[in-house]
Amino acid sequence: MATTMLKALNKSLHDALDEDEKVILLGEDIGTLGGVFRVTDGLKSKFGEHRVVDTPLAESGIVGSAIGLAYRGYRPVVEIQFDGFTYPAFDQLVSQLAKLHYRSRGRVKMPVTVRIPYGGGIGSPEHHSESPEAYFAHTAGLRVFAPSSVEDAYSMLRQAIDCDDPVIFFEPKRRYHEKSTAELLAPTPDGSPKAKIIRPGEDVTVVGYGPTTYTLVDAAKAAEDEGTSLEVIDLRTLDPLDIDTVAESVKRTGKLVVVHEASRTSGIGAEICAEITERCFDYLEHAPLRVTGFDIPYPPSRLESHHLPDLDRVMHAVDTVMRHNEATEGAAK
Amino acid sequence: MSTQHIDVAAGCLPTHQLLNVDGKRIPDEELDHYLKDLKEADLADFLRDMVVLRRMDNEATALQRQGQLGLWAPLLGQEAAQIGSVRATEADDFIFPSYREHGVAWARGVKAEDLLSVWRGAQASGWDPNEVNIACQQIVIGSQALHAAGYGMGIKFDGGKQVSVAYFGDGATSQGDVSEAMVFAASYQAPVLFFCQNNQWAISEPVHLQSRTQIADRAHGFGLKTWRVDGNDILAVYAATKAALNHARNGLGPTFIEAVTYRMGSHTTADDPTRYRKSEQLEEWKAKDPIDRLVKYLHEMGADVQSYEQRAQNAADDLAAKLRAAITTMEDPKVEELFTNVYAEKHEPTERAAKNYLDYLADFEGGE
Repeated sequence: MATTMLKALNKSLHDALDEDEKVILLGEDIGTLGGVFRVTDGLKSKFGEHRVVDTPLAESGIVGSAIGLAYRGYRPVVEIQFDGFTYPAFDQLVSQLAKLHYRSRGRVKMPVTVRIPYGGGIGSPEHHSESPEAYFAHTAGLRVFAPSSVEDAYSMLRQAIDCDDPVIFFEPKRRYHEKSTAELLAPTPDGSPKAKIIRPGEDVTVVGYGPTTYTLVDAAKAAEDEGTSLEVIDLRTLDPLDIDTVAESVKRTGKLVVVHEASRTSGIGAEICAEITERCFDYLEHAPLRVTGFDIPYPPSRLESHHLPDLDRVMHAVDTVMRHNEATEGAAK
Repeated sequence: MSTQHIDVAAGCLPTHQLLNVDGKRIPDEELDHYLKDLKEADLADFLRDMVVLRRMDNEATALQRQGQLGLWAPLLGQEAAQIGSVRATEADDFIFPSYREHGVAWARGVKAEDLLSVWRGAQASGWDPNEVNIACQQIVIGSQALHAAGYGMGIKFDGGKQVSVAYFGDGATSQGDVSEAMVFAASYQAPVLFFCQNNQWAISEPVHLQSRTQIADRAHGFGLKTWRVDGNDILAVYAATKAALNHARNGLGPTFIEAVTYRMGSHTTADDPTRYRKSEQLEEWKAKDPIDRLVKYLHEMGADVQSYEQRAQNAADDLAAKLRAAITTMEDPKVEELFTNVYAEKHEPTERAAKNYLDYLADFEGGE
């Protein structure tokens, strides 16, 4: 039977609450209402108001109190209702949650998961469509997960909750209704998720995560019709960043396109392009390219289709790195 | 804005004072009850604690001047507020301190040299929070109040009998996190004590810049049971803290204490208070000194004050000598510690960065 990403996330939280009494959920409207997206639907009635806690409307308060609960041995999972409401909690995330294990010299663990529905494409007003992942990937002490598939939504959320480090867990909200018939599997105990080649190819490595992964698969299908073979990599985690998997691919294809909704400057794409240039310089046939949101505040939704990387912009970048390839081959003849 | 004659709203809460500046005992209908178990020996211990703490504080300032510490935040003048409150807690009450609560940590058993090691820059923290039930000290103003609220929510949810205690200053009451912490604690009726040492100054900013009402009145507005006490009166501080902890343990929810005291020293050793406050104010507060006041009271009681003072002095001398020896011979941490404990679980990029840097350093060893 097909399951949606929403249902997979709900089941992940359910199973975590069921297996470990120290798991506790906190957030605005997550209890009685079941969350504005219904990710926590039914959990309060099953596990009670002390396990699934409706909080006052204060994001810093939510993250800060989760830290206090972790001091007491809980494994809090907090929901920030929308990406753009994360920033009131910035101190608690980057100066407290991220640093307490280091500050305490390993004596205090912070197994806190911060769920953030993120990204655009749903026609929302300001502050409901942002992609703030780079701030957190930049902060030592935090892990950043960004699943794209229904199965990963389930298993990676379980991994995040099981992890003794804080995890910022980005949920691709415009893909919440994607369906899959794949079995939802509990994660294997060893290690955090690696990047995954979700579609093998030979000519260009295209890298994305979260919501753009679907766009990349569409691009690979379109490119195939034109005789170009794209290798699609889903990063899955932005910290740690699995550069090894990307580098191994680029050494075969010689070409790299990185795609994300977040702004371009100092983004995840910039980091990947720099790492790949350092590690694969002699293999590269074209400069790595980025296809990203623009360096602008998130625009009004009637303009968001221009801002979000779509199939055409990804294909344009693929064509650019391929045309250079053709020109080089032509010159060699 | 003139700094003269600022009228802070008088507020509706009285300021409890159980010992006046002359060491005379003032009856207090509400709080006297909480002193009934205190013996003369306990008061002598309070005296010893405050004398030793003041000596530790002075020694730390001296060590900073001599280049042994990077910085120090003196607590001079706040001895009664810290010792009186922490001595009222049970060992399993969990405390979330700011960076000036040296007396609180020390009274809970943290060694002075471990406290100072952080200010030397030798360690990221000086104690194991799980051993002494005190969180790591907090430097971002007010952030720890939310941790205390969350810890208290946990006590409430799992049915514990402890109380969670947040320490912070008057400046912190302007931070959103402190307000949010009071909202959260009140919403869940969590066993949390918010203990505010109003020491009149946030670096150079006087308390009226933070609040035009008494700080205690603000807490009252969040629905917290609140006391305002003379923070240089160790009996008032101790009794009010006992009352607050009792309130929480009886399931009656969060409380707030404003301990009115004075930061007699600088904000830190990098600060120069002569730039922003008049010496008359310091003189005025010296007359309210918390240690002198307890000594006067012990005299009033007819206690053998000289022997108590001698004992306290000996303990202070002993601590100061050992502290100086420990700090001046303290080794720097190993370079590997740069990369240790960034994450609790395996994190390959950090491991790679550590290996690269250590290999780089090793290239120089025994080199040309």
